[in-house]
Amino acid sequence: MNWRAHVAIAVMFKIIEPLITTQKLVLNFGNRKILDNVNIAVREREIVTVIGPNGAGKSTLVRVLLGLERETSGSITRRDGLRVGYVPQRFPVTANVPLSVRRLLTLTYHASNAELHQALAETGIEHLVDARVAELSGGELQRALLARALLRKPELLVLDEPVQAVDFNGELKLYELISGIRKSRGCGILMVSHDLHMVMAESDRVICLNGHICCEGRPAAVQKDPEFIKLFGPSAARMIAAYTHHHDHDHESHEHG
Amino acid sequence: MNILREPFFLRALMAGLGIACIAGPIGCFIVWRRMAYFGETLAHAGLLGVGFGLLFHINITLGAVVSAVLLALLLLAMKRQRQIAVDTLLGILSHTALALGLITVGLVTGAVTGHLDILFGDVLTVSTRDVVTVWIGVGIVLAVIVYLWRDLIAISVHEDLARAEGVNVPWVELVFMLVMAAMTAFAMKIVGLLLITALTVIPAAAARRVANSPESMAIWSSVFAAVAVVAGLMMSALWGTIAGPSVVLSASSIFVLTLIIPQRS
Repeated sequence: MNWRAHVAIAVMFKIIEPLITTQKLVLNFGNRKILDNVNIAVREREIVTVIGPNGAGKSTLVRVLLGLERETSGSITRRDGLRVGYVPQRFPVTANVPLSVRRLLTLTYHASNAELHQALAETGIEHLVDARVAELSGGELQRALLARALLRKPELLVLDEPVQAVDFNGELKLYELISGIRKSRGCGILMVSHDLHMVMAESDRVICLNGHICCEGRPAAVQKDPEFIKLFGPSAARMIAAYTHHHDHDHESHEHG
Repeated sequence: MNILREPFFLRALMAGLGIACIAGPIGCFIVWRRMAYFGETLAHAGLLGVGFGLLFHINITLGAVVSAVLLALLLLAMKRQRQIAVDTLLGILSHTALALGLITVGLVTGAVTGHLDILFGDVLTVSTRDVVTVWIGVGIVLAVIVYLWRDLIAISVHEDLARAEGVNVPWVELVFMLVMAAMTAFAMKIVGLLLITALTVIPAAAARRVANSPESMAIWSSVFAAVAVVAGLMMSALWGTIAGPSVVLSASSIFVLTLIIPQRS
């Protein structure tokens, strides 16, 4: 091979090298095994959704990936200097701390006014830059937190239950927004959800977690997997099929914020 | 009104205003992070320190600082275990420290009532040296708070998010606990150990109603604490009431007054 081939291979490797991978990840709380032999990978421009019943270890997996919880065994490999944007699951709207949206976004990150407006515009709430955090609706708060994560120009976005406390319509719009972010920014997205039918359509890969990985693959394949049906029941599988179908033909909805 | 010009009164006032300066921002963090019970526990540990100070003939302020710091470290270490809930743990430690402190002070002095000033504050006992100690302490504490301000706010809003974004949470938490321990010891003679939490929490709660940013809440909180100190000490000097409770009652009155104002968010 000549040097050009070497460069080409190196470039290819850089592209296909995942943003983050785990190898045989195990986490125990005392004697309880929370995560058991979990191997996952998230690449650029990829939406990976982790689903599973309550107590399946979804949020714990996120915490381990973010370095908030230490794995018992196994390992995590991150791409060098990986920039991660994180939207946590529970965000107690602390009426205790008087905060504006502007302040919320710049708590740990120095952003220029232009950057701030751009990030908020991207999530459709530019007009709320000086609003009080305690007065935001569920959907607005999620958008503010998403904008906050985007400010850091993340290569990997980690979203833990991003549609909590959001009504059905708002949920749909949020998923479209997330899908749009993947397209415009090309970042990898790792999303956690217990909400089956909405999530699946936008995902490249679905990982079904219940302590260990029960099954994984493209949404269409996962919903037919016997393990998936065992975990969520046949009606859930039918619902996803219906939603995926409906969504494939929905080109009318746009983002208005 | 001549009593208000007495040197002992001015000394108490100077020391009290120093405490008010730091009680404001510290009180905000106690309110934001829901640590009121923790503050109480530190104060009780302070009493235990006073007891040991008297027993071993060392400075009682130093004794209070050391024991409050040790308790803070113990709590930080025990937060990691999952067997006992943190507030249960605080309940055990807090009252054990209080009981042990009262017994130690009682044994050393023959009667706890001789040291009511430590429990409830006493303007008469504030010396010039105390005033100087308080203001040096206030200077150091304020510098530390300003230095850690952004990190402290970030962990008050969302601890995990702050950690994921690179804030060294255990370190910030440790330093803040040390700051609380130091303030507890300094405030001992002014408001007394049993009411120190009140001087931090009540002005902060009142400030919450008028503030629209973390900074304005901290400043309002200090202002309210200062007003409470002045009003309380005057009450004490003019009518002979006990200093600490008078200061706290003044703070409560301010809080009730702020209830008239609609809450800002």
